[in-house]
Amino acid sequence: MKKQGSDSNPVPVLPVLPEPLKDLKIKYTKIFINNEWHNSVSGKKFEVFNPANEEKICEIEEGDKADVDKAVKAARRAFELGSPWRTMDASERGRLLNKLADLVERDRLILATMEAIDGGKLFSTAYLMDLGACIKTLRYCAGWADKIHGRTVPMDGNFFTFTRHEPIGVCGQIIPWNFPLVMFIWKIAPALCCGNTVVVKPAEQTPLTALYMGSLIKEAGFPPGVVNIVPGFGPTAGAAISHHMDIDKVAFTGSTEVGKLIKEAAGKSNLKRVTLELGGKSPNIIFADADLDTAVEFAHIGLFYHQGQCCIAGSRIFVEEPIYDEFVRRSIERAKKYTLGDPLLPGVQQGPQIDKEQFQKILELIESGKKDGAKLECGGGPWGDKGYFIQPTVFSNVTDDMRIAKEEIFGPVQQIMKFKTVDEVIKRANNTSYGLAAAVFTKDIDKALTFAAALQAGTVWVNCYSAMSAQCPFGGFKMSGNGREMGEYGLHEYTEVKTVTIKIPQKNS
Amino acid sequence: MAGWVSRHGWGLSRRRWVSRHGWAGVPTRVGGCVSRYGWVIRHGRLSRRGPGAPSPRPWPGARRERDPPRAGPAAPAPLRDTASLSSLQIFINNEWHDAVSKKTFPTINPATGEVICQVAEGDKADVDKAVKAARAAFQLGSPWRRMDASHRGKLLNRLADLIERDRAYLAALETLDNGKPYSVSYLVDLDMVVKCLRYFAGWADKFHGKTIPLDGDFFCYTRHEPVGVCGQIIPWNFPLLMQAWKLGPALATGNVVVMKVAEQTPLSALYIANLIKEAGFPPGVVNIIPGYGPTAGAAISSHMDVDKVAFTGSTEVGHLIQKAAAESNLKRVTLELGGKSPNIIMSDADMDWAVDQAHFALFFNQGQCCCAGSRTYVQEDIYHEFVERSVEKAKSRVVGNPFDSKTEQGPQVDEEQYKKILGYISAGKREGAKLLCGGSPAADRGYFIQPTVFGEVQDNMTIAREEIFGPVMQILKFKTIEEVIERANDSKYGLAAAVFTKDLDKANYVSQALRAGTVWVNCYDVFGAQAPFGGYKASGNGRELGEYGLEAYVEVKNVSIPLCEFSSNICCSSKLSLYLLVWA
Repeated sequence: MKKQGSDSNPVPVLPVLPEPLKDLKIKYTKIFINNEWHNSVSGKKFEVFNPANEEKICEIEEGDKADVDKAVKAARRAFELGSPWRTMDASERGRLLNKLADLVERDRLILATMEAIDGGKLFSTAYLMDLGACIKTLRYCAGWADKIHGRTVPMDGNFFTFTRHEPIGVCGQIIPWNFPLVMFIWKIAPALCCGNTVVVKPAEQTPLTALYMGSLIKEAGFPPGVVNIVPGFGPTAGAAISHHMDIDKVAFTGSTEVGKLIKEAAGKSNLKRVTLELGGKSPNIIFADADLDTAVEFAHIGLFYHQGQCCIAGSRIFVEEPIYDEFVRRSIERAKKYTLGDPLLPGVQQGPQIDKEQFQKILELIESGKKDGAKLECGGGPWGDKGYFIQPTVFSNVTDDMRIAKEEIFGPVQQIMKFKTVDEVIKRANNTSYGLAAAVFTKDIDKALTFAAALQAGTVWVNCYSAMSAQCPFGGFKMSGNGREMGEYGLHEYTEVKTVTIKIPQKNS
Repeated sequence: MAGWVSRHGWGLSRRRWVSRHGWAGVPTRVGGCVSRYGWVIRHGRLSRRGPGAPSPRPWPGARRERDPPRAGPAAPAPLRDTASLSSLQIFINNEWHDAVSKKTFPTINPATGEVICQVAEGDKADVDKAVKAARAAFQLGSPWRRMDASHRGKLLNRLADLIERDRAYLAALETLDNGKPYSVSYLVDLDMVVKCLRYFAGWADKFHGKTIPLDGDFFCYTRHEPVGVCGQIIPWNFPLLMQAWKLGPALATGNVVVMKVAEQTPLSALYIANLIKEAGFPPGVVNIIPGYGPTAGAAISSHMDVDKVAFTGSTEVGHLIQKAAAESNLKRVTLELGGKSPNIIMSDADMDWAVDQAHFALFFNQGQCCCAGSRTYVQEDIYHEFVERSVEKAKSRVVGNPFDSKTEQGPQVDEEQYKKILGYISAGKREGAKLLCGGSPAADRGYFIQPTVFGEVQDNMTIAREEIFGPVMQILKFKTIEEVIERANDSKYGLAAAVFTKDLDKANYVSQALRAGTVWVNCYDVFGAQAPFGGYKASGNGRELGEYGLEAYVEVKNVSIPLCEFSSNICCSSKLSLYLLVWA
């Protein structure tokens, strides 16, 4: 068995990183309905800022209820029986998704640059990770299009029974700002491969790449009305989607707070199907027998990746007593190594937080940590004189009752706690309203399997963190969400099962 | 060796041009393909264009034809560039090799009987080389074994892209070597090839193992691992499509392949070898050996280091393959063999459509389909009208130069088949069936046979029991539904079947009663990569295509791990022995 990185087992080769585009033009700023670009019905626009320098990038048409209505009408028409989309071969839906992947690959540099400017995301990360994930997800779902099998059912009596997995219909999809493009693809790709039509609301902070995708969707050849993109705000456009009487399903990724509103709106309106992918406060458990270098690195990346703005962030690190001090020491050392700055520049490892609101919320939580008695080991304040930068921050001696150990911070703030026994840490890890992800680091196969079973979380990593791919289902236990995205499981959320039973003269096995 | 006949190439070791004369019937428009299209024999290997030749044009609108035969976008005219057909070699380890014996064999244009070019003749020694290369490519830690499943899918998609790019060339090659009409090669065969590869590309990262709630304190799961070195022996009737059917599932699931292509039709498969290399498959993953059944085919099926053999061809040879597997290393065997498929026309069926489909079911691809509807059972009260219309339809079928866009039927694949079919026609006449049209050769050279219809066929006649594999239609009469089900199932074959009726109850009843791997209701020859295909009874073992098609290419490995209190080895071993005791 060769370790990864040795000559005979090389690490995967990433594509060569180009320079970000210098003269990025924002061509698409309008509402995308029926494969056409529309002004908002109200005539309103909103501004989009670069979080690295707080400068305005452009103005975007602001969608609201009237625009959502227009989009839903278009999506409904595209979903009518006999429409080009409904009569299309399933394999052709797959071909269109593959074509879309080709176009994303072609425009990878444009999209990555846009994502970096709009979302404060490191260009290198956007280009290699985000865009890589987008392309692979599209291709993965493309492959499923003609493999979503119904069943024939050996029903009692003289009947022939089969199931059809039919698309649900018009799907409202509300996506967050932390991975604007990846979340856009995670939503549309499974929906389209199952044959649905969609009305997508991208986050108001980061609408640019989603709108650019509108142009590629048209170019790929999706019929008009199949994908509609309405940029706007949650309380207006988002609420219009979740309350809409002619939307069959709503999928939301964002905070648990808003998740509750979405489900309530669905209940109050037409009982539309709801899937939610919400917040987390994911435990990361490090045993003394773990490979310490690996554990420190994964724990670090598991928290600080993308400025801590990940729903899966490993924001409660439980370290076994004998190695606690050493683990904290190394974690601080690792956090201090950071270079902050313009996410487009090479060598920069941390960009800004997404906006002023998040920036202030994170600083406030850091203050609460200090006040509650956690030990601030490094960082703890803003960085630079413009842009929403926060120093990489590490807290030790954190206890379970502190706010920073209970609330989702969504910033570069690491909490390290101490534990003694297996039973204790299982209890503490599960003692949260969240259940999105969890990890355990140990060389002991029994511990690994015990935790894999005991942790209440939709994803459990063993000796790794943040390992995600299109093949694996992802979603939350408890208040981290409802349903799963990606993998075969993710398709179930986008189909209705229809049972067809036909009377026959005589049954035979 | 008399039994080693037919479409997979276990046939005559050599054939020569035999001049024929005195044939009545359809005037020939055949001939001149070789010179007309400038196929030349050069040294080196098969390449897309010769020096100074124009680039093959991408054909506008050619990318995607839905439902090609009916939607009817015309196939582009065959490429006229000077394609160079070299003396073709054996493809091993992404490289070209002469046969170890240095022997070659000619491949022949069935429309003219002329030699197209010489092809290296693989035998046991070449199979051994190929198996070694495949085995090396399958070693633990090899690039192929370490590759992400999604990347295997990407390579298959890339191969589909390359085939799409070279679609017109491949279609022409297929027609030249096999004789099927170019419009069919281009619109049907190539379309299905591309779709098949794309379909299996999608499966590569989706064929899931399971986690299993095993009794006791165990964590139990399955892995779907590739079987290993797969020998694949493919026929001449759909050379490219059968290659795609074989390669798609094998490569999607991570196997390595040693493929023997039929000696009648090696050209397109060898061209695909170039594309496999260009797509980026690692060396040794796919190895392609042109050669004969009794030599190269037998070497594969009896090889001690081949883990699985998949064969498409005659039932006769299927027996030999299964026997060879049993006598050697018990390699896994899947077989897709012959058929004598019943096509049942109830009196309430849409007559126009039924006549049309029954004609297509039999005559498609010169009748050279394993699933050909070669027993057409027609209910008594519509029998005469059906026969009359079927004869009319057969008489209007255009036989001729397969490169002519009006041609519906080209030549049979080779002289052996040609003679065999004429033999069956004689038997039909001798045994008292009524010859209603055709019955003779259709040209003075090339292996053309007139579209032939027999009426008043009885179940015990040779033409109603044996696979003819030619343009010869048998129409039988029946009275009741029970009777026809019994007669339809009274065959050693069970590949396909069809029923034409407007009555939902009849459709359901008959489709459940028929003993066949595929049942078509009010249609025939409806194929898609998504739907499994294979035979009951002596028509085969296993299924190809669909999710079911993947099963033949994986071994299921079950892994069980005890769940113990943290790292107490004593507890582990004591629990384990407890479970062993339970078993003992």
